[in-house]
Amino acid sequence: MRLSLAGAASLVWLIAIGCMEQFSPKPAAATITLATTTSTQDSGLLEMLCPMFRAQTGIDVKVIAVGTGQALELGRRGDADVLLTHARVAEEEFVRQGYGIVRVPVFQNDFVLLGPPDGALSLNPPKSLDDAFGRCAAENLPFVSRDDDSGTHHKEKELWQSISLEPTFANYLRSGSGMARTLRIADERRACTLTDRATWLALSGEFHLRVIFEGDPRLKNPYAAIVVKGDGQSPARVRAAHQFIEFLQKETTRQAIQEFGKDQYGEGLFFPDGGAPGAGQKP
Amino acid sequence: MTMALYRLEGLRLARGTEFELTVDEMTVSSGETLCLAGPTGSGKTTLLRVLSGLQPIESGRVQFDGRIWCHGMASLAEIRTIALVPQRPILLSRSVRANLEYGLLLRRAASDERVDAMLTCLGLTKLAKQAANTLSGGQMQLVALGRALILAPRVLLLDEPTANLDPQCVALVEQVLNEYRRSRNTTLIWATHNLFQTRRVADRVALLLGGQIVEVASCEEFFDRPRDYRTADFVNGRMVY
Amino acid sequence: MNSVPAEVWSIFVLSLGVSGTAVMVSCAAGMPMGVWLGLHDFSGKSIVRALIFTGMAVPPVVVGLLLYLLLSRSGPLGSWEWLFTRRAMILAQVLLDLPFVVGITMTAIDAIPRELLFQLRSLGASSWQLRCTLLSEAEPGLLLAFATALGRSISEVGAVLIVGGNIGGHTRVMTTAIVLETSRGHFAMAVGLGAILLLVALLINFLVACLQGRIAQ
Repeated sequence: MRLSLAGAASLVWLIAIGCMEQFSPKPAAATITLATTTSTQDSGLLEMLCPMFRAQTGIDVKVIAVGTGQALELGRRGDADVLLTHARVAEEEFVRQGYGIVRVPVFQNDFVLLGPPDGALSLNPPKSLDDAFGRCAAENLPFVSRDDDSGTHHKEKELWQSISLEPTFANYLRSGSGMARTLRIADERRACTLTDRATWLALSGEFHLRVIFEGDPRLKNPYAAIVVKGDGQSPARVRAAHQFIEFLQKETTRQAIQEFGKDQYGEGLFFPDGGAPGAGQKP
Repeated sequence: MTMALYRLEGLRLARGTEFELTVDEMTVSSGETLCLAGPTGSGKTTLLRVLSGLQPIESGRVQFDGRIWCHGMASLAEIRTIALVPQRPILLSRSVRANLEYGLLLRRAASDERVDAMLTCLGLTKLAKQAANTLSGGQMQLVALGRALILAPRVLLLDEPTANLDPQCVALVEQVLNEYRRSRNTTLIWATHNLFQTRRVADRVALLLGGQIVEVASCEEFFDRPRDYRTADFVNGRMVY
Repeated sequence: MNSVPAEVWSIFVLSLGVSGTAVMVSCAAGMPMGVWLGLHDFSGKSIVRALIFTGMAVPPVVVGLLLYLLLSRSGPLGSWEWLFTRRAMILAQVLLDLPFVVGITMTAIDAIPRELLFQLRSLGASSWQLRCTLLSEAEPGLLLAFATALGRSISEVGAVLIVGGNIGGHTRVMTTAIVLETSRGHFAMAVGLGAILLLVALLINFLVACLQGRIAQ
């Protein structure tokens, strides 16, 4: 009895091991590691792009979804071959410091400022971005910051700087969390927060928040791909990384990115750069 | 009582700075019953451990059945002809039955009949399936006796085997041991501080005091004509510690 | 795109495979260590014991972080190329389980009175038979070590997230999938995975309880 139980347990384990191999993707010609921001994974964009890329080149992409800050750090340590991030200043510095070979803007969307539907900003809509942020600080309106060195956090700091304000008011909350949790906190605390449109469209059904302000050129959210220089020991991976970036710029890929999400949300989540006129710009 | 089964010479066993046990010379004959008498802490248990062949000794020699044990350690084959019934037995956390069977399993000689016979012999049949850790002290002592007896050893080392038993059980144990001894010519080395019991079972008696053997004599001589004054004091109950 | 059940199934199997392997490795390595430590007395044993019990309290994320720095391509073990693979996850879980396996085994063996060993030898046990008896006496403790290790492995998220990377189909296990689905706002999926995890834990502990019940008899 005891032996048979132990045997059954071992059997389950062995079957699991066996199945685990079976569930492994078929061996690919090469494998590259892509470190990216959570918004591209959470929206499902990469789950569409990676199989496309593999079908075309036979190269497998392992996706590590982290904040932009951590993605850049992964690149610095050589743990990722390609980065797909959205913090222009930090990215340019990354390349300038010699960690990246090339940086290519690939697509963009934009940020929106969210707030509670019955908050002061909803009842009396702000005229401009400066007005919106200025009133948050001046009237001490609750505002949740990502505070996690992500692309969204970088953007938010940039915006405060652009209106020469330090967000030091009492109701400025630092979540230190990803976008979804930050949205939840903002929802529960009836606070304003900054988010990218892709995440917002994917999650808007969950929350009572609504868009308070959008459309300022400063709210643009450009994503760029970077080929990591690496340690020089694996030229094959660097080649594969270049291929991935070329793939992102291909016309068919751009079409796919443009169409992505339209069936589900009624509007696109990402807008490819450098395509047909008007496509790179949020209408 | 033909040949010497055990011969101990110049045995010294230290614990700390004090000598715990010193035996200049001692022999045990095959088939005899030797009682180890003496008060608590006199070295009876230590001597039994030495005789079990599992106690390393610093100096002196122990000869068993014509062979000298290296540093007092017996071979596995020799150990399997000697069985020890400890004063405070620790049983395996299994059933009474499994505890009795244990030594047989070690010898690859499992036998349900022998276990059943031993259960009947010691009146433990009703407890056979009970977990050993639920037994009373007396019952545990009976099981400990049973797990040794079932191995039909040449030598049985008994350390106060009846200390926790009620009078009926004491009589039972003495009777069982007596039968075993007679039918199999088993050598018994029996530590006890019960003088009446000593008188009932012993062929010879050895008195230990403070780790030394004071006197070894036949049962009659020991009780009726003690040579050492300390033996006389002990026998007459005048010894106070 | 994979259908949902196939994806769940692959995550489930991956979890079981990674954690099962980690537990097997840590038991194979940790139990002999625990038995040895339980049987031998040496100076500094209390220090070793304190270190092992400290190991039990080490947060998984710390293990994950240290392992990440070691396995990173620019770290000392970068040439292994283990980062973001199942091997790294198994290694992390082995490191997390080992203190539990060693500590619990050691305590279980320690709890067996030394006098029992002497008495078993006097009944004719060879040194191998003695070891086997000892293990069977300590069996409830060994099972506890096994169950604890498996429970910790399968429910652990911090370390595997860092060294595994939560790559779909490669290194996504139940806990990291729950984190991901929660961050995506797919609460139904997250709760479903959580329920499966709970069920697995229940099954494991039911099995262990069965085994321990048999022993008690």
